[in-house]
This record gives sequence, C-alpha cells and structure tokens, in this order.
Amino acid sequence: MALLDELSGAARPVTKGRAAAREPGARRPALLILPALIALAVFFLYPLAVVGWNAFTDPEPGLGNFTWFFSEPANIATLVRTFTTALWVTLVSLVLSYPYAYAMTVAGTRVRAALMMLVLLPFWTSLMVRTFAWVILLQDTGVINQILGAVGLGPFSLIRTQTGVIIGMVQLLMPFMVLPLYAVMSGIDKRLLPAARSLGARPATAFVTVYMPLSLPGVSAGCLTVFISALGFYITPALLGSPTDALISQQIFTQVNGLLKWGRGGAMGVILLGLTLAMIALLAVSLRRAGKRVSG
Amino acid sequence: MRTSRVGRGLLWALCALIGCWLVVPVLVVIPLSFTGKPSLKFPPDSWSTQWYANFFGDSAWTSAFWTSVQVALLVTVVATTLGTAAAIGLTRARVRWLGAAQGAMLAPMIVPGVVLAIGTYSVFLKLQLVGTLAGFVMAHTVLALPFVMIPVTASLRGFDRRLENAAASLGAGAWTTFRSVTLPLVAPGVASGALFAFVTSFDEVVVSLFIQSPYLQTLPVKMYASVTRETDPTIAAAATMIIVLTTTLVFAATFFVARRTRAK
Amino acid sequence: MPSNTVQAPVPGAASGHNDLAGRGARIELTDLSKRYGDFAAVDDISLVIEPGEFMTFLGPSGSGKTTTLNIIAGFVHPTSGTLKVDGAAIEATPAHKRDMGVVFQHYALFPHLTVAENIAYPLKRRGMPKARRAELIRAALDTVHLGDYGHRYPRELSGGQQQRVAVARAIVYSPRVLLMDEPLGALDKKLRDWLQLEIKRIHAELGTTFVYVTHDQEEALVLSDRIAVFNHGRIEQVGPASEMYERPATLFVAKFLGESTVLRGEATREGDGSVVGVCARTLRAAGHIDGPRAAIVVRPERIAVQPRGHQPEPDRNVLPATVTSEIYLGSSRKLELALPDGSTALVRESAGTLSDARPGDEVTLTWRVEDSVLLPDDPEVETVFT
Repeated sequence: MALLDELSGAARPVTKGRAAAREPGARRPALLILPALIALAVFFLYPLAVVGWNAFTDPEPGLGNFTWFFSEPANIATLVRTFTTALWVTLVSLVLSYPYAYAMTVAGTRVRAALMMLVLLPFWTSLMVRTFAWVILLQDTGVINQILGAVGLGPFSLIRTQTGVIIGMVQLLMPFMVLPLYAVMSGIDKRLLPAARSLGARPATAFVTVYMPLSLPGVSAGCLTVFISALGFYITPALLGSPTDALISQQIFTQVNGLLKWGRGGAMGVILLGLTLAMIALLAVSLRRAGKRVSG
Repeated sequence: MRTSRVGRGLLWALCALIGCWLVVPVLVVIPLSFTGKPSLKFPPDSWSTQWYANFFGDSAWTSAFWTSVQVALLVTVVATTLGTAAAIGLTRARVRWLGAAQGAMLAPMIVPGVVLAIGTYSVFLKLQLVGTLAGFVMAHTVLALPFVMIPVTASLRGFDRRLENAAASLGAGAWTTFRSVTLPLVAPGVASGALFAFVTSFDEVVVSLFIQSPYLQTLPVKMYASVTRETDPTIAAAATMIIVLTTTLVFAATFFVARRTRAK
Repeated sequence: MPSNTVQAPVPGAASGHNDLAGRGARIELTDLSKRYGDFAAVDDISLVIEPGEFMTFLGPSGSGKTTTLNIIAGFVHPTSGTLKVDGAAIEATPAHKRDMGVVFQHYALFPHLTVAENIAYPLKRRGMPKARRAELIRAALDTVHLGDYGHRYPRELSGGQQQRVAVARAIVYSPRVLLMDEPLGALDKKLRDWLQLEIKRIHAELGTTFVYVTHDQEEALVLSDRIAVFNHGRIEQVGPASEMYERPATLFVAKFLGESTVLRGEATREGDGSVVGVCARTLRAAGHIDGPRAAIVVRPERIAVQPRGHQPEPDRNVLPATVTSEIYLGSSRKLELALPDGSTALVRESAGTLSDARPGDEVTLTWRVEDSVLLPDDPEVETVFT
C-alpha cells in the first residue's frame, strides 16, 4: 500500500535540517543499519544473484537459456498470458475499488470504519486460506455454479480456467488497490467539486475534470502494487488455474522443482524480475511527472 | 438533486456488494469444517466436529502448526529488532549509501516470490539450511523486514528529535534516552511492525514450499499439499482456526489502538 | 523603554531562599567555530560568561546564536576552538554529563510522562532517592507557580504552562548553567511579557548562570545583564544593554537593538571629531572612523522637533524635515519624518515634552553632537532589515 510512497521516498534523503542532526556520534546510526543489511545480503541479494548466475551458466555458460525461452512459442504464450492476466486483475480491481474508496471518503465515521474493516479483514487473513476458499467456491458443482443454476444459468467451468484465476486474484489483491486510493482520495479537498460547479461544470464533468486527475497518484500506486503482485503470483494460479494455461511463476516452479532445470528457471526468473522492475520504473517516472504537475 | 440521490443509493448498494464479495467467500470454509463427510462438497449435508479432532490428533498437522507458530514468533523478534534498528539508522545516519540501503530494505516487497524462492532454495541447499528452523526464520525475516521498516520509519518521522536532546541535557545517556523516551513514543509503530512480521511469516507459502523438508514444514505448506493431493476437510478446520485467530487479533489491535488514541 | 528597564548587572547575586538555588558556572568560549562544508555557522567566537550572569545571545535567524547554544549544551560539536566551564575544557564531554539545564524552543516535554514524571526524569537519572525527588519536584513546581499540576500530561496544559514546566524540569537538579533557546517564541505577546518577568525572578532566586537565545530585542533588553549580538556567525558586540543601546559598535547593532535614525554621508576628520555631509549640511560627531563612508546613528528620544527657522544652540546638529506620520503610544508619541534626501527620521517625544508638530508640518530637527554615534557605513545592513 505505502509501497510506492516508500519507493519514491527512497530517492530523497531523510535529512531533517541541520539543527536536528545530532553531531556527536553522527556515524553511529549507520551501524544500526548493518545487521539488517547483512541479513538482506545473505538471504535476499545473494539468492537473487544465484538465480541470475544460474540463468547464464547452467548447464553451460552463455545465453542458451534465454534463446531457449524466446524460441519456444509456448513460453511466449505463457509470458503474454501472465501479462494479460495481471492486466485484467488490475483493471477489474480498479473498477471495483474506485467507487468503494470514494464511498469511504464520503461516508460517516461509523460506515467508514465498517468499510475499512471489510477491506482489512481479508488483507490480514492468510492467503492460503482465502485461496482454499476459492477452490471450494469455484468447483464445477460449487456454490457459484449452484447459485447460477438456481437462476437458470450455467453451469460454467470456473476452476482451472483463466476466468477463475482472475476472479480469485481480484478478490485477494483488492485491498492493495483500495488502501492507496483511499489514502489519496481522503486528502482531496472536498470543496473543489462545488467550486468547479460554480464555474459552470456539470456534476459529472466536475468529477471527471477535477476529482479524477487529483486521485491519479492513488490510482497509479494501487495499479502498480496490484499489477506487480499479480505478475509474480504463484499460489492462486497454481490452485485455481489450469496446468496447461500456466503463468510464468508456475513455469519457474516446474522448471526448478519438477525438471531440475536450474538455468531455465533462472532465466525465466530474470525475465519476470526484469519485467517487474521495468513496470515500477515506468510508473515511478510517470508519477514523478504527474507529481510535478500537481504541485506546480 | 434527484439524480444525485439515486447516484448515492447506487453507490451504497455497490459498496455493500463489494464489501460482501471481499469478506463472504472466505467464510465458506467455516461450515465446511463441520461437515460430516470426508469431502469438500459445499454446502455439507451432515455435520460433525471430527475434522477438528483429526487436526489435533494428526501429528503432521499439529507439528506443522507449531512449526509455524515457532517460526513466526522468532521472525517477529528478529525482524522487529533488525527492522527497528535499521529504521533508526536510516532516519538518522547521514551517509552517502543511505538511499541505496533504504531501497534494498524495501526490495523484498516487490521481488516475485517464486524468483526469490528458487534462489533461496539453491543457496539453502549449499548451506544445508533446507528443512531447518533457522532457515525458515531467516528466509521469512528478510520478507518481513520491509513490513517492520515502514511503520517504524513512519513513527520515527513523527517523533520529535528534540526530545532526545532534552533527555541528554537532563542527564540521560544514549541507551537510557532510547529506552525511556524514544522507544515508548515510537512503540505503536514498532508494535504494528511486529504484528506485520508475525503475519508475514505465518502466511508465507511460496518460499516455504521450496525450503521445507518432510520433517519440517509450516502450516501453509501443509495446507497447500493437502489441497493439491487430497480432499480432506481437515484443512477446512485449520483454515477456520486461522480465520478466527487473525480476526481476533485484528479486532484486538484495532480496539487497542482506538483506546490508546482516545487516552491521548 | 531602553536603559531604564535594564538592571545593572548583579553577577552571582542569588537571594538564596530558594531550595534549588546554586552557584552559577563561568563559561569560556575561545576561538569557537562550527563549519558545515564551506558554511561557517559559528565563525571564531570568543566570549566569557560570568558566574550567575544573565547573558543573552541576540541576532536574526541564521546568525549562529542557536548553534553556539547547542555547542555549549553539547548537541553540536565545534569544528575548532575550546569551551571551558569553570576552567575545565568540556568539548569532549557528552551532553548528558555536562550538568546543564536546557529549555527548548517548543519545550520538548516528554508527551508520555506527566508533569511530575517529566520533572522527576533528571532526578532519576541522577539516582536520587524517592523522598528527596518528591521534595525537589515540589520546590520546582512552586518556583514556576504550578503547584497543583503535577499529575497532568503536557498536552493538557496551555502553551505558557508547558513553558513553565520546561523551566521547572531544567532547574530541578540545580544545574550550574541554564540554557534557554527562544523559550517564549511560540507564545503571544501578553503571556510573553509576563513570563519574561517570571524568568527574571527565577534567575534572581537561583543565582545560576543563564544563557538565553532570542531574536527579540525587547526581550533581550528586559532580561539581560549583558547581550551578545550575533550576525553571520560572529559576535558584533558584547555589553550591558544600556551600553549597546547608547554606544553601538556597529551599524548592525544600532539597527538591531532599538530604533534609530541612520544618516549616511562622507566623513572627514576635524580635530577630535569628524564632520559628515548629509543632505547638503554638515553634521558633527565625536571620534574618527577608517574610510570615508560613514553613518551617523541617532536614537529617537534624543532628537528634538523645533519649528522651522529655529536657531539651535552651537553644540547641536540640525536637519530640516517634514512630518509624515505620527503614532500615539499613550505615554509618548512617535513621529516619522522625511529628510531632504528621501530617507526617514524617527523621533520619540515623551508626554511632558510634546512639540506641536503635526503631519505635513515642515520642521527642524536638532540633537546634541554627543548623541550622534559615528559608525562605518555597512550597506549590507539595509538588506537584513528590509
């Protein structure tokens, strides 16, 4: 949720003016970072480096794993499928979350607290548990098909389809869209809409031309978080999706755990990580531009 | 005026629907955990509590549960300590590599779980940490670090550094100042960091899938295996207990925070 | 308002009946500098603060006064120079071992502790037994007239009350020095006036050395035994308030401390004194300066307003002027006048000696030659104050 703020915050140094700086022992605080950095280096950066190393050296040094990846149409299809799935999940989440977050900003205290609780409860509940619930619901003879059957529809096959995966992932990731949207929207000055209307804008026009542009930072933060989470999701597509329509994270799992092809898995990992970082960079740049425009 | 009232009505109806869709699906596991038959068919047509008995009677489930609790508690201690220290360092130190360090600390949030998982697996095979408690704790700690850093950093930014100068002028050394002034005032941030750390570890599946062994696995790993291999409603009982536990925890935390803010 | 409200310095004159009274320390700053890169926040300062003295650091923001205070407190390490307290060098002593009380600009009360716990804090650090602690807390709260507030939290107090708690906390362990960094800066005028008197009283009761930082010249005049005026990291002048007011050493000091009329022109030597050409007249002043660019400073209450054509006594300087506005201040009135060269003159007349000048009147201004303070001109001064 605060991911993007933090990421953009990482760029600016956290100095708080000369007066607050505590001169005596100014270097000691840096030592406090070291234990965490060491843990991070050994158990995070080193493993990632190994993934990269494997991609270029296993079974033999060179770009073999990458040429393999891009020469197999099935792999390209997986990549495209991963992308479109993440895109759909992001879009559906946004469409559902935007009115929800807006309602939170106009609601009274009690209703707002209730709406917030409804977002936070799934946010805190175990991902494994929630995915399991979707496994039950999406069965061919599961609750959803029973309800649809009662009104004369279906049955649809939901489990082991891309639709099922998207339904599950949207529900799982929606809190990450609602929270940044709400954070930004609650900071928008409520008087701007009447102001725009007094200048001759219809309510809808006022909303689209004034409110929506101001909510954009929340939209991009939410979309980025949901999109990159969706790109790397493993558990949910593995349990709700079809093995023949696997996403890239499932392929990586299979390559390493099933086929012991460390190099190929590594190459796919490098590609997935590269895509994720590229998305973040893209959004950070466009956000910074939008931020400049808003702050003048 | 009328259109806006209709619009409002539609908005609330939509929110009610979305709210339900966020919370209700997960609730199916509760009735399912009381099913009388060894099937995941919903709704159940007969009832029993045998799956709870099964959970507590089966050492595979109980040991997975205790491993998870043990790992999560250790991760809470380690990640909260490391993360709080690092947050203090990052908000205070003025060294050139600060921005890079801060970026590195938050990176575990954005790296896809599977990528980190295969790397960790590879490293753990070399270091012989696969299937060990220490392995789980360290792998989960780096994942939990950003979730500790964010709330602690936020409360440190809100903390008035002059209070530390004040404490020093009154005769308190660095450690006494930290213990008697800084820590009590950033405690809410540290507490929520600790809660995040616990939940992050307790929920973690992907990396754990790789570094588990038949002798040591966590509860989510056991659940994953159960979903993929068998139709055993014991998993519904486990899921129900997790839901009850997290809901209680969230409500307690919310209540605690509300009371604290009211006290202020 | 100036000299008459300033007491003569009474170093170490503690009245002694306060339980917290102690002896003040002597503070010696020698060639002290603090640099941040190329920027000198404090630039080669030397100063001696006597035991029991009330010393005020006065200057605009960024002039180095707070940095100097922070160096004394131990929050900032000097780049070079020495700092001695009672003869012992303490640059290497950490802040918490310096035994100094500090009152911060925004009080810096611990929000999670009650008033009594805040005041107990330094006593606990000193390992004082509980009974003695209670006694001292009582004495400190009594000293600041907040006897019944011990159980409250800081947020439940008004700004003025918080400020007094901050003072109580800083004096409860009888530190040898009390450092105050704009302690009244956040309060409104009326409260400030009253608390100034309180601080003055506490200083008299305790006999501790006080070092007080402010940018408010009135506050400095009311409180201080001596004032050090800071500018660009340097001390422009040190002395009792009356001396600073009557005999400013630089144009900056003259402008910063009290109101004045500044008359600029070319100076030439003439016997013991100098003559300065201003508005096509020559004005006389005692003493010499280096260089030709001079400024004559005259305090507003020293100037007399006479009808145009009035023949002055020979020992007085004379300038024609036009009254542009008048401001009544109850017991006195202030006139603003335009001089022939377009600059402004200020005159303050007390109730007994009011002239009949009205806005629009053409008048003659006269003042004694000895009330003309001759200083080297400093073009930068205007930019500081406008």
